[in-house]
Amino acid sequence: MSVATAAPETIAPLPRPSWWRRSANARTAYLFLLPALLVMAVITFYPLMFQVYMSFTDYSLKNLAGTPANPVGLDNYASILNGNIVLPNFDFFRILTFNFFWALTNVVIHVSLGVLIAVLLNQKGLKLARFYRAIYILPVAIPPIIVAAVWRDMFDPNNGAVNFLLGGLTSIFFKLPPIDWLNNPSDILSVGPLVLPLAYFALLTANIWLGWPLNSVVATGALQSIPGDLYEAAELDGANSWQQFRHITLPFLRPAMLPYAIYGFIITFNLFYLSYFMSGGGPFGQTELLVTIDYRLVQEQHLFGIAAAFAIFQFFILLALTIITNRMAKATADQYA
Amino acid sequence: MTTVTVARPIPVEEKAVRAGTKGGRQITFKTQILSQIFCIAVASTVLFPLLWVVSMSIDPRNIAKPDGLNLIPSGASLAAYQAVIAKPTLNPISFVELARNSIEISVIVALLTLTLGSLAAYALSRLHFHGRQVLMIAVLAVLMLPAVATLAPLYVLLYSIKLGTTWVLGNSILGVAIAVTAGTLPFAIWNMKGYIDTIPRELEEAAAVDGANKLQIFLFIVLPLAKPVIAVTAFFGFIAGWTEFYFSWAFLQHPADFTLSMALKGMVGQYGSTPWSEFAAFAVLVAIPVSAVYLLLQRYIVAGLALGGVKG
Repeated sequence: MSVATAAPETIAPLPRPSWWRRSANARTAYLFLLPALLVMAVITFYPLMFQVYMSFTDYSLKNLAGTPANPVGLDNYASILNGNIVLPNFDFFRILTFNFFWALTNVVIHVSLGVLIAVLLNQKGLKLARFYRAIYILPVAIPPIIVAAVWRDMFDPNNGAVNFLLGGLTSIFFKLPPIDWLNNPSDILSVGPLVLPLAYFALLTANIWLGWPLNSVVATGALQSIPGDLYEAAELDGANSWQQFRHITLPFLRPAMLPYAIYGFIITFNLFYLSYFMSGGGPFGQTELLVTIDYRLVQEQHLFGIAAAFAIFQFFILLALTIITNRMAKATADQYA
Repeated sequence: MTTVTVARPIPVEEKAVRAGTKGGRQITFKTQILSQIFCIAVASTVLFPLLWVVSMSIDPRNIAKPDGLNLIPSGASLAAYQAVIAKPTLNPISFVELARNSIEISVIVALLTLTLGSLAAYALSRLHFHGRQVLMIAVLAVLMLPAVATLAPLYVLLYSIKLGTTWVLGNSILGVAIAVTAGTLPFAIWNMKGYIDTIPRELEEAAAVDGANKLQIFLFIVLPLAKPVIAVTAFFGFIAGWTEFYFSWAFLQHPADFTLSMALKGMVGQYGSTPWSEFAAFAVLVAIPVSAVYLLLQRYIVAGLALGGVKG
């Protein structure tokens, strides 16, 4: 009889490492984060809290020297809603309506044009497609402030290229009087709080020039991920081009374009340079956006208290927009799931 | 510049092979002709403003205000460039001095954003610790605000920091650079974290087995692999400084501190004192470095969704 080999002794559990050793990973992580957090605390989070405080005070230029500002309760918020601030032609709801309409119209046009041109360039056998792509990317590569400044002068009534071009094109039929694109005070359209002067269309033109190319890049990326067999199968089944576009191309484009459209909406909603440089918010403040009002309150008027309250309105408006657009994105995505 | 996240580039050819890209038959001759006409029309709308500016900038008459469309001026000259480089505005400051101020802002912004951002991005991507989720949401929430919305508190706080009797942080290049960094840092962290997430971990694990500590792993493994995103982040920091307008226009009072964009503001429109040829030359000079680098880095700059994006 052989002696059974000794049953292996259960391995004694290692002693639980000390708290110091267990937290080693976390400590390293915090060390890596510390510089960024310190800096963000000072230049981002503290100013945001200070903004909330300022919004309840009459903080203005005189307080910069060190005298404390007086608390005014909700007065700043009330005067913004009542349009009771020093900026001429300020009407909160008209500006908000315009700002919303501005972003919406731009994004719809950018996305449609972007997809249309991407599909066109993606046709099998199209000559010079690479050449066109290289040209179409140019607007994206130019700093927006330059774009805004150049378009301001393009729309100049007496010396601008747009009027010269229109004048040249129509000269065989009649003599076109100079169009005052950016300052013409009469409304093209006025429905309730929505007022659209000619300047809106000038801004829209400039922003379409600026906005569609990147949409086209995104759409091209999505188009190139569509398996070619799908189209071959559809062709065998006798689907025409429109049916192929509607039932293959569009469903594949949607997941790429939708988040990008939402993103473009927020960017356009906050687009500072075109309004500020081209129309200066005019005529009569009709092309002001929330961001340009914000800027005027600080840079021109030095009304820090009111500007802070205004920025807090802006924050909640953007938060609401983000939540709504994300819900919409999810809801429409489910249809196709 | 508009929206951008960085993705690891996939060569177009590889993509094409994988997906077969274009469906259906070759297009017909008729479609080819119609498409070409449409594409040329689109190309001319894209090129029209660009050609207009460039032609105006090399117009030999150095025109005060253009009197017609003159797309290719005869006897082109660089006189407008010479004039605008010597003295762009009525202020006694040259183009080089304006550019130096802008570059100072650029360099400070790019350096701060890169060092702070890459460390934080690495920690958020690779290390596990309490409060990681909360921090990421905090960064994302800040991304949502446009930079202009923090103008009021930054103005007040930066103007309250003084040295001696004359120097005010708000009224200085450094103050502007700090304000710009407040806007670029959250995006940089978010963007670099997204990129580091896509780098395979095997190399880092191997280095850890060989006894490298976290800092060594970060410096010698992660950073070299993250080169594209670092280049793009540095580039966006640079653009943010080079074309910086709203903080400098609101903060800076001494003409000696003025930046390129501030000079541009004075040149635009009916009442500017600068001849339009010089304005055009100035616009070209400011745009060229940015556009050139953008086109070079294009394959790393892939459009995509980044909430908040580069604030503009």
